[in-house]
Amino acid sequence: MKTVCLYFQVHQPWRLKKYRFFNMGVDHNYLDDMQNRSIMQKVARQCYLPMNALLLKLIKENKGRFRCSFSITGIAMEQMRVYAPEVLDSFKELSATGCVEFLAETYSHSLASLASKEDFAQQVKLHMAALKKELGVKPTAFRNTELIYSDEIGAAVAEMGFRTMLAEGAKHVLGWKSPNFVYANAIDQKLRLLLRNYKLSDDIAFRFSNRGWDQWPLTAEKYASWLASDETPGEVINLFMDYETFGEHQHADTGIFDFMKALPKAVLAKGNGLEFATVSESARKYQPVAVLHCPHTMSWADEERDVTAWLGNELQNEAFSKLYSLKEKVAQLGNPDFDYVWSFLQTSDHFYYMATKWLSDGDVHSYFNPYDSAYDAFINYMNVLSDFMIELDKALEAKVVKALGRSARRK
Amino acid sequence: MRVLMFGWEFPPHIAGGLGTACYGMTRGLARNGVDVTFVVPHAYGDEDQRFTHVLNASDVEALYGSVGSGSDDILDKLSFIRIDSNMVPYISPEEYATYHEQFVKTGQTTWTTTDAWKQRYTFSGKYGANLMEEVARYAVVAAQVARDLEGQFDVIHAHDWLTYYAGIAAKRVSGKPLIVHMHATEYDRTGENVNTQVYAIEKAGMQAADRVMAVSNLTRNIVITKYGIPAGRVVTMHNAVRFAENSSAAPERGVKDKIITFLGRITYQKGPDYFVEAAAKVLKRIPNVRFVMAGSGDMMNHVIRRVARLGIADRFHFTGFLRGEDVHKMFQLSDVYVMPSVSEPFGISPLEAMRSNVPVIISKQSGVAEVLDYAVKVDYWDVDAMADAMAGLIKYPALAGMFASKGLEEVTNLKWNNVAAKIKAVYEEVIAENSNQPK
Repeated sequence: MKTVCLYFQVHQPWRLKKYRFFNMGVDHNYLDDMQNRSIMQKVARQCYLPMNALLLKLIKENKGRFRCSFSITGIAMEQMRVYAPEVLDSFKELSATGCVEFLAETYSHSLASLASKEDFAQQVKLHMAALKKELGVKPTAFRNTELIYSDEIGAAVAEMGFRTMLAEGAKHVLGWKSPNFVYANAIDQKLRLLLRNYKLSDDIAFRFSNRGWDQWPLTAEKYASWLASDETPGEVINLFMDYETFGEHQHADTGIFDFMKALPKAVLAKGNGLEFATVSESARKYQPVAVLHCPHTMSWADEERDVTAWLGNELQNEAFSKLYSLKEKVAQLGNPDFDYVWSFLQTSDHFYYMATKWLSDGDVHSYFNPYDSAYDAFINYMNVLSDFMIELDKALEAKVVKALGRSARRK
Repeated sequence: MRVLMFGWEFPPHIAGGLGTACYGMTRGLARNGVDVTFVVPHAYGDEDQRFTHVLNASDVEALYGSVGSGSDDILDKLSFIRIDSNMVPYISPEEYATYHEQFVKTGQTTWTTTDAWKQRYTFSGKYGANLMEEVARYAVVAAQVARDLEGQFDVIHAHDWLTYYAGIAAKRVSGKPLIVHMHATEYDRTGENVNTQVYAIEKAGMQAADRVMAVSNLTRNIVITKYGIPAGRVVTMHNAVRFAENSSAAPERGVKDKIITFLGRITYQKGPDYFVEAAAKVLKRIPNVRFVMAGSGDMMNHVIRRVARLGIADRFHFTGFLRGEDVHKMFQLSDVYVMPSVSEPFGISPLEAMRSNVPVIISKQSGVAEVLDYAVKVDYWDVDAMADAMAGLIKYPALAGMFASKGLEEVTNLKWNNVAAKIKAVYEEVIAENSNQPK
C-alpha cells in the first residue's frame, strides 16, 4: 500500500503601493489596499471558494478516505478576514471533517529561517496563534516558506517541538535516493521529513494545461495509474503545490477542477494499492529509511532549488541585510504597530520581485508581480523601508525621552 | 527683425534643458524686439491629419504658466507652427528604432510610457520608419514652411542636430542666412563612440551655417577641433535662466537629514556613477545625510546595482523621472545639488538649484562652470574632492550659506534678455554679410 500525501500552500502577500521618495517621512501607509483587495477577492472567487467546496464534497463522498493538508500564511488569513471572510468559513468546514490537516509556518511567509533563529521561532508562534484563533487548530507538522530547508533549519524546527517537516525532493540533495520515503533530519533524527516528488507534483501544477507536453491531456485515471505503477516505487508520494494552481495558475477552463473531482475515485480504485493521508499521518505511518544530509539551504523554487530566487543578487542581499539590521531596534521599541509593519515587510515575495534571473522560471516570477522590473521593486521597497527606519528611530527616541522624564520625576 | 526658428517645445511637454533654453531665448528675443516664428515637431494622435499647425502663443502651455501671461507684448512677437513628427529631443537612432518596431508589431499608433519611474513622451508610430528618414521628412516639411513664409523672415535659427536639415532646407529655399545652435555635440552624448550619421548631420549643419552658436567655450572648442569648423564662424553664447515669478511654498519636509541631490538623465554624459562613489565616501564619515538621484536613463539599473552593492540603499534614494512641480519640490528639499557631468555643454540645472537657494557642486567639465563663481568646481572623476565638497557644505553651515546667498545673486543676473541682445547682434551681423554678398 502506497500513501498519497496531498498538500496545498495558501499565500497572498500584502503588496506595497507605489511609494515615492516624496512620501518618505510624510506618508506611513505602505499598502496598496485596492490591489490587495481585488487580488484576494479574485483568487477567492476563482480558486479558494470553488476548490474548498469541491474538496469538502470529495471528503464527504469518500467517507474519510480522501484526505489532504494545508498551510495558510498569517497574512493570507488576515486578508481573507478583511476581504473574503467566507473563505475562512469554508476552511473551518474542511477542518471540521477531521480529514484535513493544517501545518505551521512563519506568520508572514518570511525568510526569517535564514536570518535569525529567535525571529524564526517567534514568527512560527505567531502563526500558530493565528491558526488557533481563525480555524481553532493546533498544528503538529511544519512547512517553511517555499520549502526552504537545511540541516540547521530542520534542527531549529525540531527544537520548536515539531515532529514532521516538509522539504523539496531536490535531485542535488537526494542523488540516487527516492523522495518517496520518509527521511530524518541529520542533526535531530526525531524530526521526520517528507520530500516533495517534484515530477509528479509539477505534472499537475505546471504541466497540466501545457498542450506541448506529450502527456497532454492529463486525466485522473492516467495520473492514478502513474502513482500506482511500479515506475513510482516507495512508500509515500508527496504531492505538494500552491493552492492557487486550481483555478488561477491552471484556469478553470483547462479542466483542472474536473481532474481534481475525478482524482480521489481514480486513486482509491481497487487494485491500485493507494490511499490518501495527511502530512502527520504519512510521517507517522512509516519509519525513516535514512538520514537526509542537507548542509546547504534548498527550496522548491526555480530550476536550481536553492534560495537565489530571494537572495540571489545584490539588490536582494542589500534589502535583506538592511531589513534585518533593524531587528534589535524593533525589539527594543516593542510597539505592536511597528511589529506589524516589520512583519509584513519580511514577506519573501518582496524579495522575489527583485529577482533578476528570468530564464525558464520567468513565468512564475511574473505571476501576480506588481512591478515592471526588479529595479522598480527594489526602489519601491527601499523607499518604504527607509521611511520605516526613520519612523522607528523617531519612536525609539520618543520612548527614551519619556523614560528619562519618568526616572527624573521619581528622583 | 524677424527670425524663423526651428526649436523644441516648451516644458512641461518635453524634458531637459533644450526646451527650457528655447523658451527663455524666444522670450528674450521678443523683449529685444525680434519677431519669432517658432517651428516645433509635435506628435499627434490619429485625430489630426493636418500637415502643420499654427497656434496662438497663448495656447501653448509652459512650465511657468501660459507663454502669453504677463503684461508684455511677446504675444505679438511670437507665432508657432507645429509640424507632425515623432522627433523628441535627445532621441537616439536606436531608441527611435525600438519605438518604430513596436509600432510595426502592434499597429498601435500612439502611446505614452506611463510608468512613474520612467520618462514620459507621447510617441506616434505614424511617421518615418527610422530617425534619419524622419529627420529628412521634417526637412521637406520645413522647406515648405519656409516657402509659405517667404518674405516674412530675415534669418533662420536651428536648435540641435535633429533640425539642422530643416535649417539647411529653409536656407536653400529662402536664401536667408542660417544660424545653428549647438546645445550638445554627439561627443557629449556618447563619449568617443559617436554615431557617424549623427556626426555627419551635425557637421553638415555647421558647414552650411553662417554662424554656429555654442553654449560654452567648452562646446566651441569641440566644434572647432572635432568638426573642423573655422573658429571665426563659431561664437560662444552662454545660456541664461528664467524663473517663475513666485516660487511655490516649500513642501513639507518629512526627512530631517540633509539631502544631497543629483537631478538629470541617468546616462554616461551626466556622470551618475561618480555621484554614487562620492556618496558612499560621505556616508562613511557623516551618518545623517541622504542622497537622492532624480531622473531616469539607460544607466539607471547599473547605478541601482552599484548602490545596493555598496550597502547604502537605505540612504540613497531614487525618485524616477520628475517633471514640473516635482522638480521644484526636489530642489526645495535639497541641501546640496551636485552635477558631476563627464561632459556638459552647458548645464542649466545647477542654476535652477541656486535659484532655490541650494549650494551647488559642478564638474569642471561643464559649460556652466564658465559663468559661475559661487559654485564648488571639481573634476568629475575626482570623487574624493567631490566627497570633500559634499561633506564641507553639509558640515559648515556658514560655507553653505555663503554659496547659497551669493549664488542666488549671481544666478539672478544671468538674464536671457542680455543673451538675446547678443544673439540679436549676431543676427544683424549675418544679415549684413548676406546682403553684401553678390547674388
